[in-house]
Amino acid sequence: MKTVTIDAENLHYTPLNQKIRTAVKEGADEIIIEHVMGQRFIADGLRGDVKITIHGVPGGDLGMFMSGPTCIVFGNCDHAPGNTMDSGNIIIHGSAGDAVAHSMRGGKIFVRDDIGYRGGIHMKQYMEKRPVLVVGGISRAFLGEYMAGGFILVLGRNSPRPISERGVGSGIHGGKIVIRGDVDDHYLGVGARKIPINEDDKGEIIPLIHEYASYFGIDPDPLIADSYVKIVPSSSRPFAAKYTWE
Amino acid sequence: MSIGSVPSKFRISVDHDQCMLCQRCIENCPYGVFRMENDRIHVNSRQCVACHRCISMCPRDAIDIEERPVDYRSHPVWTPEVREAIYNQARTGRIILAGMGNAVDYPIIFDRLLLDACQVTNPSIDPLREPMELRTYLGKKPSKIEYTKNNGDICLKTVLVPNLQLETPIMIGHMSYGAISLNAQHSLARAVKATGTFMGTGEGGLHESLYPYQSHIIVQVASGRFGVDINYLERGAAIEIKIGQGAKPGIGGHLPGGKVCADVSCTRMIPLGSDAISPAPHHDIYSIEDLKQLVKSLKEATQWKKPVFVKIAAVHNSAAIAAGIARSSADAVVIDGFRGGTGAAPKVFRDHVGIPIEAAIASVDAKLRSQGIRNEVSLIASGGIRESADVAKVIALGADAVYIGTAALVAMGCRVCGTCYRGLCPWGIATQRPDLVSRLNPEVAGKNVENLINAWTLELSELMGAAGINSIESLRGNRDRLRGYLLDEAILKVLDVKPVGA
Repeated sequence: MKTVTIDAENLHYTPLNQKIRTAVKEGADEIIIEHVMGQRFIADGLRGDVKITIHGVPGGDLGMFMSGPTCIVFGNCDHAPGNTMDSGNIIIHGSAGDAVAHSMRGGKIFVRDDIGYRGGIHMKQYMEKRPVLVVGGISRAFLGEYMAGGFILVLGRNSPRPISERGVGSGIHGGKIVIRGDVDDHYLGVGARKIPINEDDKGEIIPLIHEYASYFGIDPDPLIADSYVKIVPSSSRPFAAKYTWE
Repeated sequence: MSIGSVPSKFRISVDHDQCMLCQRCIENCPYGVFRMENDRIHVNSRQCVACHRCISMCPRDAIDIEERPVDYRSHPVWTPEVREAIYNQARTGRIILAGMGNAVDYPIIFDRLLLDACQVTNPSIDPLREPMELRTYLGKKPSKIEYTKNNGDICLKTVLVPNLQLETPIMIGHMSYGAISLNAQHSLARAVKATGTFMGTGEGGLHESLYPYQSHIIVQVASGRFGVDINYLERGAAIEIKIGQGAKPGIGGHLPGGKVCADVSCTRMIPLGSDAISPAPHHDIYSIEDLKQLVKSLKEATQWKKPVFVKIAAVHNSAAIAAGIARSSADAVVIDGFRGGTGAAPKVFRDHVGIPIEAAIASVDAKLRSQGIRNEVSLIASGGIRESADVAKVIALGADAVYIGTAALVAMGCRVCGTCYRGLCPWGIATQRPDLVSRLNPEVAGKNVENLINAWTLELSELMGAAGINSIESLRGNRDRLRGYLLDEAILKVLDVKPVGA
């Protein structure tokens, strides 16, 4: 087990990423980054099986295009952690900004608290790659917009209505969104349909709740015992009816 | 029945005296126009799209196609196209989708610009005996060079950023696997490799059989992020962010699920038969400030080894937008004019949104020069480049290089029938049907495209030589080599070109 510690104080993101890449190349299993303050693109395009612990607040696009590593953030995240991420994990001990998991293609993101607008927008799946976004708190508007695949779970731990804003799943044409409690119908976007969860969904959310609970040290049982609804596409071709050929 | 059927667009006639009943027309037409009955070829003209496949395959020249055999009552305002669009929308209540580029008869500025040649006062140059420098470097150029001198050796202190080296300023634009066939992409890849230039992937990923050509391929990142992962980014010679497209500025794209076959699904990394929806904007960037973040994220992911291009559609404020892009760390701006082609676009956008490339390039070049940042980005012109004269003219208006799209497809046999969206391209270009794709031989079609690029390059060097110019850099932005013919004063001002005779 090789651990490398990097002090990010006053360090620009490019030299910071160079240090991370060098550590990975030299066989580090764990990288601890101290004093992170707004550096963007941490672990951008990074490959490997490495655990990166981040102390502080990373800037936008944490783990963008990342393929393999696990990032654990002790702090909040800015814009779009997990943007177009390929595989690996991001675990955020705090909240995250807009466009979390934007166009994510694989791996898992766990956000302890809340996320901003457009969470999970245009997530997509292919073969064994199926991205997962778990949000412990609430989500703002346009959750799962244009979603083409993958799975979003919103637990809303401190709210009976984890989403009370519009555009949920607008343009969704693949994947599913599971939300604890309920979502008012008028918050659903065009092309989204709300249905009760089934046993398969339940079987899928229970391990994710356990995983969430293990990361953040909470009791999973009340969450498991609660009720959930599911948002799915009303069609795999939401825009087909808009067009006619010349 | 209140509207009834509209007249057939084409009428096919078969000269039965010439016809030898070889049935090649039946085999070749995927639209089902021809059939054999009672030892005679019969036709259903209504199915015809004028792709000319039958004409090109008929050994006896026995087939004739007539366009619009049935006249509507002629009217300069209520054209047949206008009337038929209304019939269509009255029936369906939907947005009309159409193929290829802008089909409205707007005046073409290129055809109102004339090139210069030397006469006596300075000699013209014969490219046969003098070297002609057409090599083009795309990317940032330093505003100044610092160096140290060491016993006569010069050592560069300024760190240069990566540029693309083109042997000719003609590249092939982004046409995705999905929109066109893999054989079509292979043909283009062979051509760009042979001619020392580049092609784009479009937003369809990079099929693994194209990896041998990757050093000549620019990979695209568009709003759907299809096929994008770190391997894809690292394979490309450069990365292009697609913000907009000349054929449909301001809107996204939908590849219908029917076109997502097993291989397309694999390359785009989406399930078989699923719609591939590219949203209108990139949802991780909502401003020109955010664009900088996307550009830098791509550079950071590829460790600052790849030039990053940003492509926008030519729109009213292109100049100001390009000036913003030039400050985003991007290495080149692609401006796609309103004549750019597409497999499918809403007709109303294709025909009415955007501006001509000639005006857009001239104004972008002028704006960047006025702000002293022209060296920060290269300019790539695309959308409606039809011949080498267009290349010369658009470079004289300020472009560094061009992308061609439709012209390259025409070099492979495309007849501009505009029916790409049906997915039945009889030339094996805009289709995924295996029997049709197999009609396109990448070796032969690649050679055709290579020939086209070589021919244009030869013509370009002749045009330059005639103008007394021996380097493409001396043609770039050299508006004195252009004169406007019957262009109005306002346009001449935008182009910064004098009228003929002045």
